[in-house]
Amino acid sequence: MAVEVPSLPRTLPAWGLLRRTGAAALEYAPALVLLVALVGLWELMVQVLDTRPYILPAPSAIWDVFAEKGHLFPAHIRTTAVEAIAGIGAAAAGGVILAVLIASIPIVRRVLYPIAVTSQTIPMIVLAPLLVVWLGLGIEPKVTVVGLVCFFPIVVSTVDGLASADREMVALVRSMGASRLEVLRHVLIPSAVPSFFAGLKIAAAYAVIGAIFGEWVGAQSGLGIFIIRSRSAYQTDQIFAAIVVVALLSIALFVAVHLLARVASPWKYANDQGENGS
Amino acid sequence: MSEAAVAIRGLRHTYPGTRPVEVLDGVDLEAAPGAFVSLVGPSGCGKSTLLQVLAGLLAPDAGEALIEGRSTIGEPGLAAYMPQKDLLLPWRKAIGNAVLGAEIAGEPKAEARRHALDLFERFGLAGFEESWPSQLSGGMRQRLALLRTFLVPRHVLLLDEPFGALDAITRREMHQWLQEVWASDARTVLFVTHDVEEALILSDVAYVMTPRPARMAARFEVNYPRPRRPEIVTDPKFVADKARLLAALDGTSPE
Ligand SMILES: Nc1ncnc2c1ncn2[C@@H]1O[C@H](COP(=O)(O)OP(=O)(O)OP(=O)(O)O)[C@@H](O)[C@H]1O
Ligand SMILES: [Mg+2]
Repeated sequence: MAVEVPSLPRTLPAWGLLRRTGAAALEYAPALVLLVALVGLWELMVQVLDTRPYILPAPSAIWDVFAEKGHLFPAHIRTTAVEAIAGIGAAAAGGVILAVLIASIPIVRRVLYPIAVTSQTIPMIVLAPLLVVWLGLGIEPKVTVVGLVCFFPIVVSTVDGLASADREMVALVRSMGASRLEVLRHVLIPSAVPSFFAGLKIAAAYAVIGAIFGEWVGAQSGLGIFIIRSRSAYQTDQIFAAIVVVALLSIALFVAVHLLARVASPWKYANDQGENGS
Repeated sequence: MSEAAVAIRGLRHTYPGTRPVEVLDGVDLEAAPGAFVSLVGPSGCGKSTLLQVLAGLLAPDAGEALIEGRSTIGEPGLAAYMPQKDLLLPWRKAIGNAVLGAEIAGEPKAEARRHALDLFERFGLAGFEESWPSQLSGGMRQRLALLRTFLVPRHVLLLDEPFGALDAITRREMHQWLQEVWASDARTVLFVTHDVEEALILSDVAYVMTPRPARMAARFEVNYPRPRRPEIVTDPKFVADKARLLAALDGTSPE
């Protein structure tokens, strides 16, 4: 018996999304298979060799952490996520402003660009304890660490994007009598949107790690402090569980930035093939 | 009001570089207010360079370039300029690109939009108002660029091969259409083209340039009654004028 399947109109945005999600699932299937195989091997090794849990817990033991102590996580996740998002937000705002200044005022470029580059050579491991001394044990030093880590890739990419604007487009807009500010608004900034998001993606990958680093020196809550406490108690299974959560949080942030990039540059996805744009 | 809308005197320019390119070698040109003036010349002779000077985007080595009596050197914004490439902003939809010049000139947005929407139909772009430039064909992009130029509120239009990407049929329609619009709004047009017929159909005056380094090789007054129908190309007088223009172009080709 033939069943009438109501066909989804191809122009519906949901259709494209569905199709892409399916394609993505297929694309990542091999990676998933490999991951499952590795985890299985790990479980087997731990069981066969009878490794002591404080040295290397089995995946099943890590799973048990979520099952039995899962309630411990939400508060820590919230703290770390807030620090990471606040930090990357501050870095994005400050980074864009600095990038615009660097790109449009030569003296700023000559003075600030080298300083921005040099700032990246200061090891966080040195800076983090100092920030605690200066800013206390609250959220501020953590946000600062995240901000400092995220700032650089955002500035560099955005400056590149601003500089790569089509000179002939700039000339066209100038021929219409546009001021420097209007050139910035109509041509330079829109040209830099894709590069800005490329920088923001790199920053997103660093942000959670940055927050954890910030917590390392001292904090009341957060995944970083959770890891430290677990280590002191030889709860290696908890450390591994926390690592899983950190990875998931990073991925979530990365995906969020990716989606934001799509929303902010609709013209790059106008033909909705999923493969144009980066 | 004897002042020319466009005046160029003794314009010289060499692009610097390791191999400097001498492009303009003392070019003179004049366009009366409201006139349609064409500029015909071999490829690479410096037509676009000339227009860039008039658009205020390029400072020449020597000479004068005036739009309505004001020097354009270091002063963009005196004329509406359509570059040879369409240069549509990819992040603006068709309608947004159309109103760009009007917006920068400070026209109220809603009014500029309404004005632009009225013209989409006439430019053969109806239904594509909300499309992104990447979704338009080459000819449509060029028509949109022309529309954008028309909506720049200036008395002088500088058009660099505006119909270069159009097929012969659309081109002929655009010729008819351009004559109508031009007749109704009394603007001065400086029109660059390779196409001798196009120059004769549209112009009051046609200038022929020499190959690089360019000078003016000839100036023709074109006095056919208006409006000029597409059939004019078979008129004996037109054919004779076309031959003279081509001879002027050929006479200047390097031996
Ligand atoms: N920015 C530039 N730097 C150096 N040389 C240039 C530059 N722009 C143009 N030229 C050179 O100047 C000459 C004239 O260029 P132009 O674009 O004005 O020619 P054109 O008459 O518009 O040609 P076409 O009909 O092919 O558009 C060419 O030989 C070109 O190589
Ligand atoms: Mg040219």
